[in-house]
Amino acid sequence: MFKQLTAVTAMNLQTLPQRWGTSSVIVIGIAGVVAVLVSLLAMGVGFQHTLADSGRADRVIILRGGSDVELNSNLTRADIDVIASAPGLAKDALGKPALSNELVTVANVPKIDTGTDANVTLRGVGAKLLTVRPEIQFVSGRMFRPGVRELIAGAGAAKQFRGLTTGSILRLRNADWTVTGVFTSNGDVHESELLADVDTVTSAIERTAGYSSAIGLLASPDSFDAFKDALTTDPRLKVDVQREPDYYAAQSKDLSKTLKVVGTTVAAIMAIGAMFGALNSMYSAVATRSLEIATLRAIGFGGVPIVISVLLEALLLSLLGGTLGAALAWVFFNGHSVSTLGGAFAQVVFKLTVTRRLIVTGIIWACIIGLLGGLFPAVRAARIPVAEALRAA
Amino acid sequence: MKFFPLVWATLWRKKTRTIFTLLSIVVAFLLFGLLETVDYAFSHPGGGSNSGADRLITINKYSITLPLQLAQLGDIKSVPGVTAVTWLSWFGAYYQEPKNFVFAEPIDSDSYFKVYNDDYVIADQQMQAFRTTRTGVLVSAALLQKFGWKVGDKVPLHSTIWTQKDGSLDWTFDIVGVLNPKTPELASQQATIFLFHYEMFDEGRNFGKGTVAWFEERIADPAQSAALSNKIDALFANSANETKTQPAKDFALAFLKQLGDIGFILHAILGAVFFTLLFLTGNTMMQSVRERIPELAVLKTLGFGNPTILGLVVGESLLLCGIGALIGLGFSYAALPGLKKLLQGVDLSPDGVTPGFLIAVLFALIVSILPAARAVRLNIIDALASQH
Repeated sequence: MFKQLTAVTAMNLQTLPQRWGTSSVIVIGIAGVVAVLVSLLAMGVGFQHTLADSGRADRVIILRGGSDVELNSNLTRADIDVIASAPGLAKDALGKPALSNELVTVANVPKIDTGTDANVTLRGVGAKLLTVRPEIQFVSGRMFRPGVRELIAGAGAAKQFRGLTTGSILRLRNADWTVTGVFTSNGDVHESELLADVDTVTSAIERTAGYSSAIGLLASPDSFDAFKDALTTDPRLKVDVQREPDYYAAQSKDLSKTLKVVGTTVAAIMAIGAMFGALNSMYSAVATRSLEIATLRAIGFGGVPIVISVLLEALLLSLLGGTLGAALAWVFFNGHSVSTLGGAFAQVVFKLTVTRRLIVTGIIWACIIGLLGGLFPAVRAARIPVAEALRAA
Repeated sequence: MKFFPLVWATLWRKKTRTIFTLLSIVVAFLLFGLLETVDYAFSHPGGGSNSGADRLITINKYSITLPLQLAQLGDIKSVPGVTAVTWLSWFGAYYQEPKNFVFAEPIDSDSYFKVYNDDYVIADQQMQAFRTTRTGVLVSAALLQKFGWKVGDKVPLHSTIWTQKDGSLDWTFDIVGVLNPKTPELASQQATIFLFHYEMFDEGRNFGKGTVAWFEERIADPAQSAALSNKIDALFANSANETKTQPAKDFALAFLKQLGDIGFILHAILGAVFFTLLFLTGNTMMQSVRERIPELAVLKTLGFGNPTILGLVVGESLLLCGIGALIGLGFSYAALPGLKKLLQGVDLSPDGVTPGFLIAVLFALIVSILPAARAVRLNIIDALASQH
């Protein structure tokens, strides 16, 4: 039987080039489905990566208790002093705790592609910024100086929004701010932001109430519990302490889920259409080969090898289609950078990421569509009435 | 028309093939209908209706998160053409757990209902109760149902932004009335609306007193919206609280635009869908004509002219695509209520579906070009000879 199977399959595949017209329907149909599926999922994965990469297990974010995002939170200077003296924080070379008191606000900056205003995060950061976030690397320019209206722009923001290159001037609230540098930070969410000295930002927006958050670097990831306990049991404070990865994971959850649902739904509907296409072309493939199949049956080939050979053909074509689709998605969209409104009311710039896992998912979908599309034609092939088929010739 | 039976018969020459092709066209137009309506919803906030054309929104020029001062009210009121002004604030509330988001807004009860005078139906008695109860709230009917509240209940909301004097983020209100939105669009947009008194809010909060998040103006003449916007902004130019005023619709549109280039994504998907489908249907048509070459040759021999032959092939394609589009768009129309639930806050309109039929015709024509050309160019003698 195995011998029969290889013989029939080999024969099938040899005649494939003659049927290229109809076979290509399967390949192109499935390529379309997989390309759409992989691209949409790549958006969700990219967004998740950007937010997930913002977190380090040994970094904590402290918000006022009950505020779920930085924008809504409020800490006073006294709160910051208490937090800075808590046990478990890493110390810099001078023995100062690695804590950055931050103020998050949103500035209107036009998007490059549409020209319409978008909310870009302007984050006031404390003097310990580089100790707390060592991943910050300058692409061009230099650090802002405290006390003057200078800011640095994330590489993602610089690409998506107008006027954020080194040396340009940004007008914010009656004052001109100079962009002194562009930085990367491991592709995380801060690359979508503008950073400036926290006290300068505070005075610029005339905020009197204090800061949004405090970001601390722990001496080690294990000191989290002790640090958290110290803050949450302190009667002077009412704060929530979270590990950074947990905070950002909560923010990316909704959008990632939406993108996944939308991507899967659209691709599933499309897949049904492609399956009908596959059915059509496999039926016609079987029809054009009916004489050949009848002959095989007449000289003693069994039904099973014929069924399997037709299925294998469908599978091969859909594999081809799946690979093509995934490749198209990768070539056109991998690394493509887009931006959306993130959980905190401000733009998050992220890159579409076609991962190996997505490619595998796409190819699995392709194979399922191919198998479903090949199944009925395969059964029909095995049931061709031998005598009639031979006579019809 | 007299050839219709012939076209119909040839269409069903190979039943399974036609059905499968038809089904994939149905799928394509179903997707088309769905994605176009979503695109329409995102590019036309508030639906195609005219409501809101006479409303302007004034926010802080530099950032929507920065406040304005209630003291600016007087100046805005004095602009000729502005008939009513009200002010609102973000409250960022939820009920019991964060997933139960409630769009709670502190309002000034007099001016709010002057600006929104035709959006809601509220029983007179309940309105009266709201005006006289300091902690009173008006709640949308949908929200009452969602949490099983009723008029007379005391409900606590957690604000993620505002602390009270005692540092607590929990605020307690008394439900005194129900807001019944006048249109289904409003009902879906304002499903979680919860209105309470600005006075109580401003007295209760322990910081940011006297600030508002935005003003809303009602204007006498919608055609003046741009001019009035400029006039309002000019009042505060170079002050500490510069403003940005725009028609309510533009404001909503700008907000949706911030979600990203949704139109581009949807059209890219549709492009992929139609390219794939074009290929598939074109292939079927080609196959069908190829199989019918002898028949077409017979028709030609009988004296059918090229235009008629062309008409037959194109007609078949139009019929196939037309039926597919009709069914597919029908399905997507039927899915509208479901979509509405999924995309709360944006309005869907069946107008998004109409261009589908144009696309169907265009599509049918493209698909039939090659097969029709082949049928027309057919050489009778060769074609008849090829039969044996």
